[in-house]
Amino acid sequence: MATEQAWYEIVAGVLKRQKVDLVTYVPDNVLRPLLDLIHADPFFTAFAVAREEEALGINAGAWMGGRRSILLMQTSGFATLPNALASLSVPFQIPNLMMVSERGTMGEFNIGQQMVARTMRPVLDTLMIEHHTLTRADDVDFIMDRSITQAFATQVPCCFILSPLLTGGKVFAK
Amino acid sequence: MALPANQPVSREQAKVMNRFDITKRMVALLKHEEAVIGGIGYTNFDLWAVGQRPQNFYMLGSMGLAVPIGMGVALAQPKRKVIALEGDGSILMQLGSLATVAARGQKNLAIVIMDNGAYQITGGQKTLTSEGADIVAIAKACGLSQSMWAADESAFEELIALSLKEDGPWLIGCRIDSEKPKDTTERDPPILKDRFMRGLGVKK
Repeated sequence: MATEQAWYEIVAGVLKRQKVDLVTYVPDNVLRPLLDLIHADPFFTAFAVAREEEALGINAGAWMGGRRSILLMQTSGFATLPNALASLSVPFQIPNLMMVSERGTMGEFNIGQQMVARTMRPVLDTLMIEHHTLTRADDVDFIMDRSITQAFATQVPCCFILSPLLTGGKVFAK
Repeated sequence: MALPANQPVSREQAKVMNRFDITKRMVALLKHEEAVIGGIGYTNFDLWAVGQRPQNFYMLGSMGLAVPIGMGVALAQPKRKVIALEGDGSILMQLGSLATVAARGQKNLAIVIMDNGAYQITGGQKTLTSEGADIVAIAKACGLSQSMWAADESAFEELIALSLKEDGPWLIGCRIDSEKPKDTTERDPPILKDRFMRGLGVKK
C-alpha cells in the first residue's frame, strides 16, 4: 500500500484506531512531530513525566483501570526501564506499549547514546518482549496495528523502535 | 469538611503510629470500592494483612511506582477515588512522580506515605527522611498544596475521610514505628492483577 502520509501521521492514526488515547512520554527531538500532532488532537491525553519508569507505572495502572496507553521515549530513556519491565509489566502480564526513537546508530555523534543503544534489543530479547524496528512508512500501519492487537489479546508488552531509516534520525548539528 | 485542627508543621512533630493499626483504620473508612495501590515492602504486607479487598493492588517489585500506578488507575477511572500507599524509601526513589501528580491536578488521587525513616525490610538501614528530608515539605514544593502530616491516629482518620470526600490530589504523611508486618503478601502477579481488574469492574 503506497502512502503519502508522514510516519507520525500513520502512528497517530493507528493509535486512534486502536483506542490508545493516553500518551505519556519523556521527549525527544525525533518524536517532536508526533508529540505535536498528539497534543493538537483532543482525542489524546498526553503529558510528559519526570522519568520513563514513572510513565510505565502510570500506563500499567491505566490498563488495569481499563484505559489503553503508550509510552514514548528515546533510547537512553528505555535504558532506565529494565527493573520496572522485569518486575511489573512482564510478571503481571500488563500490555505496556512502548515506542522508542532510536539514537546511537546511523550517524550518531554522542558516544553515550551510541553505547546505551546497544543495550536496548538485548534487554528486550532477555525479557522476551516482542519488538519491531520500523524502517519504512509503508510498513508502519500493518506492523503497529497487528502488534497492538496481539499485545492486548495476549497481555504482553510490545516495543516499537523508530529507526533513523524511517524518521531521518537526529543529525550532527555543528 | 475542615482540616484537622491539630496540624504538625514538620515530620518531627508528628506522632509515631503503628503501620498495621493505621492501615486498618484507613481500610475501615473505604465504603465506595476505592482502589488502593500498595507499594513494596512492609507497607504492602500490612495492606495484605488487613484484608484482601478486590480493589487492592499489591506491587511486588518496581520500587517507587505505587504513586504512578495509582495515578494511572485514577486517570482511567476518574469517578473512583484512588489511594497510593507508599513507604519513605520508595517515594524517595520517585520524587518526580509527586510533581507529575501536582501538574495533572489529579483530583481523585490521595497519596499516603508510611515513613519510619528506614529500609526496614532490608535490615533497618536509615533512609534520607531520618537524615532531614521531609516528604510533606517536598510534596508541597512539588505543587501538592494539600499535603500534611497526620498528627495522630484521629487526625489520620480525619484526613483520610477528607481525602475521600473532597477533591485532591492529597498527600498524607504518617510517621510509623518499626514493628514487623502481620502477614506476607502472596507473590502471584497474574492472580493479583486479575483480582484487581475484576475489583475495578474492568474484567467481568
